[in-house]
Amino acid sequence: MAKFAKPADGSWTEHFGLDTAPVSYADSIDPAHYEVEREAIFKKTWLNVGRMEQLPRTGAYFTRELDVAGTSVVVVRDSAGTPRAFHNVCRHRGNKLVWQDYPREETSGVCRQFTCKYHGWRYDLEGALTFVQQQKEFFDLDMSEFGLVPVRCEVWAGFVFVNLDDDAQPLVDYMGQMGADIADYPFEKFTQVHKYRAEVGSNWKLFIDAFMEFYHAPVLHAKQAVDEESRKLQEVGFEALWYDVDGDHGMVSSWGGMAPPKDENMVKPIERVLRSGLFGVWDAPDIGIEELPPGLNPAGHKAWGIDSFLFFPNFMILVWKPNWYLTYHYWPTGEGSHIFEGTLYFVPPTNAYERLQQELAVVTFKEYALQDGNTLEATQSMITSGAVDTFPLCDQEVMLRHLHTVARRYVDDHVKATAPESPVSISAAS
Amino acid sequence: MSVLPAAFADLEEFADWALPSEGDRYAKRLASTMDELQHFYDVAFPRLTESTDYLKSVPLEGISDEDRNLLWLFSSLVTVSFPVEVWRQPRVPESGAASVDVVVEPVP
Repeated sequence: MAKFAKPADGSWTEHFGLDTAPVSYADSIDPAHYEVEREAIFKKTWLNVGRMEQLPRTGAYFTRELDVAGTSVVVVRDSAGTPRAFHNVCRHRGNKLVWQDYPREETSGVCRQFTCKYHGWRYDLEGALTFVQQQKEFFDLDMSEFGLVPVRCEVWAGFVFVNLDDDAQPLVDYMGQMGADIADYPFEKFTQVHKYRAEVGSNWKLFIDAFMEFYHAPVLHAKQAVDEESRKLQEVGFEALWYDVDGDHGMVSSWGGMAPPKDENMVKPIERVLRSGLFGVWDAPDIGIEELPPGLNPAGHKAWGIDSFLFFPNFMILVWKPNWYLTYHYWPTGEGSHIFEGTLYFVPPTNAYERLQQELAVVTFKEYALQDGNTLEATQSMITSGAVDTFPLCDQEVMLRHLHTVARRYVDDHVKATAPESPVSISAAS
Repeated sequence: MSVLPAAFADLEEFADWALPSEGDRYAKRLASTMDELQHFYDVAFPRLTESTDYLKSVPLEGISDEDRNLLWLFSSLVTVSFPVEVWRQPRVPESGAASVDVVVEPVP
C-alpha cells in the first residue's frame, strides 16, 4: 500500500521515461568501459573540487589530484579575488608545480606566487611566468608563451568546479534548473567542516547507487535503531516523498522524523542526552532564512527530512531538515575502485555541548559509511563474477537506473563520435 | 597531575581518552576490550547526563585546556557509545577491513 503519492503515470521510473527492464552492470566491471568513461565523462563534465571557504583570500590555493582525468590541478584565488585553476605542471620540464613532501598528496596554503621546486621558475597568481632562472641561457624564450596551462574554473553557490573541456557549457547552465532551485540555500554559513575519506573496492557508480536509494536502509542499518523501532521500519519499508530528474542530474526527497524523534524511547541513550543523531542535531540552528529555496522539500511534505541531489557525474549534496548539509564525492581509480569523500558542514558550535552534539552526528555518519562501503566490496566482487548479469531494479531505485542510463549514454556517444570506422568493442556494456 | 576540570576529578582515570582527533579516538576504541569500553561508558555516561548544563556554559572560544580535555573525553564517549549501546563489539559489524578516515576536522 503506497504511503506517499506517485506520479499519475503509475511509477517514478516510467514518469521519467526510463525503461523498467532488468539492468546490466557490465558498465561497472569492464576495464575498457571505464577507460571510455574517463574520456567521455570525467574529461568533459564539471567536477566539484572544493568550496570558496577554502580560498578565503588572495593567494589562497589548494591542489586536487584528478587521477580519473589524468591530471592534478591547482586552484587559487587571484589578485582580483577570482578563483582560477591550472594544470599543476611547470612549463619548463614538467615537474609538478605545487606539492609538499609527497608529490601524490594534496596540499593547500597561501602564497604570493608559485615557485617550482626544481629550477625556481616562478608564476604569478594569474598563471603568468614571471621569473626564469638564468634566462640568458635559453634560446629566444618568450616568457609570455610559457604561462601555466589554465583549466576552466567556475563557481556555483560557493562550490568551486573545474572542467577539462574548454568547449563545455557554462557551469550555471550545466547545473540546470535543479541547481538553480537550491542555489539560494545559505551554504556559506556552514563553516564547521568534518571531512572523511575512504578507499572503496567498488566501481564509483555503485556507491552513488547506495546513496541514491533508501530501500536498503531499514535492512542494512537495522541495528542502528533500537529493536522495536527497527522492526517497524522493516515492516513499513521505504518510500520516498519525491524524485526528480533534470537532464543528467537527479534527486530523491525523503521523510525523516528522527530529529527530534516523536518518542525519545525510539533512540539510543547517547542520542537522548546529546539531542542529536544520524539526522543531525535536533535543535536546528538559525541560518537566517524565512523559507526553504523551491528545490528543497519539493513535495511540500510535513514529514520531510532530507533531500539528496546527484549532480552528474560524481557530486552529491544532502540537505537535512535541521539546518546542516553534507557532500559526497566519488573519485574513480579503476573500474572496481574509487576514493569516497564525505564532508559534513555545520553552523559553528558556540559551546562544548553543541560541539558534542555535532560530534555525535559526525560519528553516526561514519558508522553508517563503514557498513555501506564494505557491502559494496561484496557487491563488486560478485557482479564481476559474471554469474548473474542483469538485475531487477525497483521503483525506489529509479535514481540508480537514471545514473547508469546517463553514464552509458555519454560512453556510447563518445564511442560513436571518436571511432566511426572501427568501433571500440564495449558491446558488453551497451 | 590532573588534566580535567576539578569537578570532573572522578574521570581522571580515563584521561588517556582525551584525544583531540576522531581518528585517534576511534583507533583507541578498536584497540580496547569490551570490558574496558563498558567500564568507561558506565562511569562517564552518567557524568555526561548530569553535566549538560555545565557543557553549555563552556564557550568554545577561549576554552581552557582542562575544559578542552573534558570535551575530547566526552567525544570519546560518543564513539564508545556505539559498541556499548548497539554493537556489543568494538568494530562496526559487517565493516570488515573497510576504513573511513578523517582528513579534516575542527579544533575544537
